[in-house]
Amino acid sequence: MNDKFRSLWQRLFGDSVRAFGVVSLVFLVSLAIAPAKNFFSEWRHYQHGYLRMIRNRSDANTLQRHFEGGIQQIWLPELGVVDRCTSCHVGLKEASLTDVATQPYRAHPVIPHKSEQFGCTICHRGQGAATMVSEAHNSTLAWEQPILPAKYIESSCGQCHRGPLPGTPQLNEGRRLLSRYGCVHCHTVKLPDGSTMKATDDPPSLSHIADKTTREWIYAWLKDPQAYAATATMPNFKLSDDDARDMSAFLIANNAPVPGDTTTVSAKPSSDPAAGSSLYGESFCASCHAVQNAAGNLVGGDVGPELTRIGNKVKPEWLQAWLRNPRVYDAETAMPHYRFNDGQVATLTGFLLAKTDSDLLANVHLEAATPEQVAHGKRLVSDYGCASCHEIAGIKKPENFAPDLSSTTQRIGSKPITQLVFLPGMQHTLPDYIATKIKQPRSFGQALKMPQYTFTPAQVDALTTALLALNDRSATLPPALAVPAAPESDYQPAGKAGKLMTDLACFSCHRINGHGGNMAPDLTWEGSSVQREWLVQFFKNPETLRPALIRRMPRFNLADSEVNELTDYMMTVYQNPAIDRDSMPLSGYSQGQVELGRQLFYGKYACQGCHIVDTKADKGYIGPTLTHVGSRLTAAWIYGWMKNPQALRPDTIEPNRAMSDDDARALTAFLMSQKGGQEVARK
Amino acid sequence: MNRHPHIPLVLALSMLAAGLGTSCSSHSESALLPKPTAFGAAIVESSGGKQIAQTGALLPQPLVVQVNDEQGTAVPGALIQFEAVPGVSFDPPNGLTDSSGQVTTSVSLGGMAGRYQVTASTFDKSHKKVELKVQEIALGYQQTLGRRLNDQYCERCHNPESTVERVSNYDNLEVKPHPFTEGDTLNKMSDADLTAIITYGGPALNKSALMPAWGNTVSKSDVQALIAYIRAISDPPSHGSGPVYAKN
Repeated sequence: MNDKFRSLWQRLFGDSVRAFGVVSLVFLVSLAIAPAKNFFSEWRHYQHGYLRMIRNRSDANTLQRHFEGGIQQIWLPELGVVDRCTSCHVGLKEASLTDVATQPYRAHPVIPHKSEQFGCTICHRGQGAATMVSEAHNSTLAWEQPILPAKYIESSCGQCHRGPLPGTPQLNEGRRLLSRYGCVHCHTVKLPDGSTMKATDDPPSLSHIADKTTREWIYAWLKDPQAYAATATMPNFKLSDDDARDMSAFLIANNAPVPGDTTTVSAKPSSDPAAGSSLYGESFCASCHAVQNAAGNLVGGDVGPELTRIGNKVKPEWLQAWLRNPRVYDAETAMPHYRFNDGQVATLTGFLLAKTDSDLLANVHLEAATPEQVAHGKRLVSDYGCASCHEIAGIKKPENFAPDLSSTTQRIGSKPITQLVFLPGMQHTLPDYIATKIKQPRSFGQALKMPQYTFTPAQVDALTTALLALNDRSATLPPALAVPAAPESDYQPAGKAGKLMTDLACFSCHRINGHGGNMAPDLTWEGSSVQREWLVQFFKNPETLRPALIRRMPRFNLADSEVNELTDYMMTVYQNPAIDRDSMPLSGYSQGQVELGRQLFYGKYACQGCHIVDTKADKGYIGPTLTHVGSRLTAAWIYGWMKNPQALRPDTIEPNRAMSDDDARALTAFLMSQKGGQEVARK
Repeated sequence: MNRHPHIPLVLALSMLAAGLGTSCSSHSESALLPKPTAFGAAIVESSGGKQIAQTGALLPQPLVVQVNDEQGTAVPGALIQFEAVPGVSFDPPNGLTDSSGQVTTSVSLGGMAGRYQVTASTFDKSHKKVELKVQEIALGYQQTLGRRLNDQYCERCHNPESTVERVSNYDNLEVKPHPFTEGDTLNKMSDADLTAIITYGGPALNKSALMPAWGNTVSKSDVQALIAYIRAISDPPSHGSGPVYAKN
């Protein structure tokens, strides 16, 4: 061996010429490594591929002219962006390459931002400075920012945009769910604009729960809320039988009856299903409450709780008191105070109590609770953080019960992978971790308190998207980039009418001055829009304005004095400064004007596509029926609406036709002549 | 020195071969496939084809396919495998048909907008592969925006189907609007024509005034987004509907 080595040494370095030659060769080879590495680099390979690809296209010359070889870089120091992605993604800005299916050559899809302004990694994550595919796209030990999977891409919009965007349904839905399912009761979520997310699920107070329901129902509910109502937002805490027994015992023992008369039965619940069903329908209970029909489909709104098995839950006397005036039990409820008479209360109570499921409580048999059980139940109720969501007498709402998802040290969307515990078989990525946490929180440890939700896969994706937006990048971007949400208004009407509007829960459906629901029309300018007489009649007997809508204004059985109070207030306060109600007359338009308006209505503007004026000929089913519009709206409002509907109601779908003054005047004349039955008969 | 000039080459080739060998073997997961107890003759779609979702997202409805025998009766216990280009995922990616001869899978589309071809395959009695090809549509940002505009402004007239929440106005119109999937008609209209009819209304192209002008209500980029959406969902596909991602 030694001899061999010696002879090799002799052969290579035996004399100075040989040695010089060998050393030079080695030197030359080592010098060639860098250019060779450069020559065989991935990006060069992709650029060659690109040039080969465009050669055969009809727009080859243009593409060739736009092409720049070498490493490309987008450098935005103020955003911390050094992105070399365009070295391989060469055709990113070529609109004609949208039909290319092979990556990395496809044009970037149309989005509202330019890559020169934001680079690539702000939205897609990944390592911008890398020049190799594996380093740029995947996480490595040194860097841990893999490419964001396409299904969560909207989370990047949420880094700057706080409010809902029309192009990001998944992000909007995720944020809605965080509020709707009460995630933010336990987890603090601060958005980039500094606002803290508020819950929208409104969990009921449990301080008076024994007035409302039985211990058996509480037990069954605690064990499995979705068995009672598939739509329940309350999660399943996976309680043992004993724990549920003790917690229900505590909640009943802790009860403080609501002061006042909420438990006297005024009339026997009547068992007239037909009358009950028709009163339920007439009162439009289904606008807010859902009931499962025979086919198993839910029919109705989701503002109030599902009523499919309500008969299993509530005590008859509580239900009667609730229907008589829900505000006695819960001053903040979204339920309107219908002025039902005793007969109606009895009918509705009987109808609702019949909605039962004989299986639900069949196997629940609870012995009287011992003091130890009650004490244990109390401990469990505070351990599980029930008071984070529910008001419970004697238990304080815990502060920071669950990790803050947006705290400066631990933003959920930037959690380092090294700090995550993955389950066997899971992909080791942050999105997968978050999604699994939402899907099966307890699988990460039986002692964890986070309950089990029943989200669909699409909802899990939406929530993950919303959470990924809570990342370090969003917190460090220049504040000027942040786009805050429209501020939430807390408008409250004043005085007696204001109290009445709260009592009727107008804001559960209607929006006024930016506050309230969106089920029914915005009433901010109602005083400019409608005629007083019509409004009075509408309160007394709401007619259907939009035939296609299944959710309608209920009749509240208001007293005349209440109707006057409301009407006066709305006619005076809800006025649009740009519309002078008295500037145009309600009637007396010339026959010529009316006829011209009719021609414009049916001809030039073809309004009959959406509206009905003549019930025999017109069929339009989208906008309100206009047969009585002349006795409903003011002429000034119609004129203003013709000129620019969005100026009066920004989200109306009526197109702005940019009408001339003459056309708008003629159409106003025609519409004001539509005064309903009598008027038509007179013609 | 010239005695073994091919050694490095041979070495490199053998390494390449070894590499290819391992990568191939890691791809063949046939050992994990369930064993079929029956074989059909044909595979048909029960539901879930031609759905629309955002890029990367889960299709709203699962894909359900069925294996039939020569007589057209459902075959339980046959193996179905789902395949598409990388980026598309199936949960589960394969399975045996249930008692009604069906397999149900949830499909997540790939990250790029366009049409994805999904292949469901089974084997017949002579172990020949029988395939069913189904197309699904992935919408990019612009098309998603267009879809929202469609839902808000267009669909109630242009979509003849009613839902619980939305009653269609299609039947009430004297001149019927074109459903946006109607590729036979809409593919013949240029982007400029569609822009004109949306912006200035039907009369701009000598069509019905029942189609109002939307130019003062929606922005120019909104109109483009709508056209992108219309192109994306047309059936048969339009030239501008984006690439078809199919497995070769």
